Amino acid sequence: MPAPDAREIILEARDLTREFDGVKALDRFSFQLHRGEVLGLLGANGAGKTTAMNCLLGLTLPTSGDIFAFGLPLQKHRIAILQRANFSSAYTALPGNLLVGQNLIVFAKIYGVREPKKKIAELMELLEISHLAKRVTGQLSAGESTRVNLVKAFLNDPELLMLDEPTASLDPDIADKVRKVVRKVQRERNIGILYTSHNMRDIEEVCDRVIFLHKGKIVCEGTPTDIVAQSSSATLEDVFIKIARDGEIIDEPQKDKAP
Amino acid sequence: MNFRIISALVLRYLFLYTRSPMRLVELVFWPVVDLVVWGNVTVFIQRNTNPAFGNEILFLLGAMILWDIMFRAQQGVAISFLEDVWTRNLLNVFVAPVRATEYVSATFIVGMLRITVTAVVLSLISWFGYSFNIFQLEWWLIPFFANLMLFGWSLGMISTALILRWGQAAESLAWAIPFFFQPVVAVFYPVQDMPAWSQPIAWCFPPTYIFEGMRDVMKTGTMKWDYLWYAAALNIVFMALAGWLFLWILNLTRKRGLLTKFATQ
Repeated sequence: MPAPDAREIILEARDLTREFDGVKALDRFSFQLHRGEVLGLLGANGAGKTTAMNCLLGLTLPTSGDIFAFGLPLQKHRIAILQRANFSSAYTALPGNLLVGQNLIVFAKIYGVREPKKKIAELMELLEISHLAKRVTGQLSAGESTRVNLVKAFLNDPELLMLDEPTASLDPDIADKVRKVVRKVQRERNIGILYTSHNMRDIEEVCDRVIFLHKGKIVCEGTPTDIVAQSSSATLEDVFIKIARDGEIIDEPQKDKAP
Repeated sequence: MNFRIISALVLRYLFLYTRSPMRLVELVFWPVVDLVVWGNVTVFIQRNTNPAFGNEILFLLGAMILWDIMFRAQQGVAISFLEDVWTRNLLNVFVAPVRATEYVSATFIVGMLRITVTAVVLSLISWFGYSFNIFQLEWWLIPFFANLMLFGWSLGMISTALILRWGQAAESLAWAIPFFFQPVVAVFYPVQDMPAWSQPIAWCFPPTYIFEGMRDVMKTGTMKWDYLWYAAALNIVFMALAGWLFLWILNLTRKRGLLTKFATQ
């Protein structure tokens, strides 16, 4: 049994259940995310990842269960928690008709960033997009747009970051750059990250620990290496496919042999 | 309430207007079209009726300008919200530390700025084009503007709440809602000339008192103070109801998980 993580818990879900029209999208989902840890949330489409993320951001209220961030209940302290957290998704965009610099200034002011121009310039340089400041946001490529969203996500030096498929629709080169930057910033600033992706390369490279969801329930959790070792599959991608199809990580005959 | 956040949200809308000149044109184009139509109708009636009534009929221009104040205030709230929907920015706003009250306050301010632009343009055109001086209403203009703006904000919150609940399918409500009220709030005709059954309904809405008051001021130079008190009191009731409806529906969309679907569709 792995030793319990002694680091501070910055995000915790306890028995989170979310029903839509009688169907459980999340079923007694519990987990803890520690400071400085990158936790991958995996599962096929409809497994409950997005519902979980939405509940954790306070966008959707759970049917039952509790969420705590920085030790505070999310329902009561949502604004204080969001001030210390941030979010980026491949499925949202900054207003396309504004310049990149304008969008970032607005969010820097919302988060109360000190010296916002300096901060934006630093982050844009880190993500190698300094040349985009005067570009119209809606005219950026998917890779550029993702990196601009990440600048927005890092603006307030979040202690907790939720990244929803940050490398979706990126070419392998840009995806690699994004992964490296996320990991670099995460390590430098000791950020706790909840990371969803369908790209197993992302997960293996970025995540310290992963949780596999199937029909709203946790099927298994552990480090990517441990999970592959526990399973009857050769790679994490095979584990993903196995869980998506069968809802479990071990083939039936092997399961019988398991102690 | 955090004023830094409100000012950041207002800044976002100002950037939007400076980046999209067509939006500025829209602020001016339709009001000017309305003014020219009503101005020409007024001139036509003035030339074909007795001088006393011809003088009185000028209230049509005043009514048109004041109506536009209310309409622009409502639009400021509803369209600002729709801008966030159209640009898929709503989720970014709702996962930022922005309270619903701060978000709505920013749209109120945008509404006020829209009114200012529209009012200045219409006042100038009505003065130079039709010799109608809106400032003949003198200091009464201030409570008139304030009350119409408050009612416009209430309608803006109601429109936004309905769009939140029913999604983009309900977008047309952002433009339609003020016009549901137009026939019953005596904008272009006195309450006493409305059908008897509709008169009690008219007095339920703050703008009725303002438009009646405007006609009184233009005719006699003064108006009943009671009208202003009734308008203000009703506005407080409407603002409270609209605010409650907005927050209730926002909470409902969170409970039903509609907010994220709506924000990313």
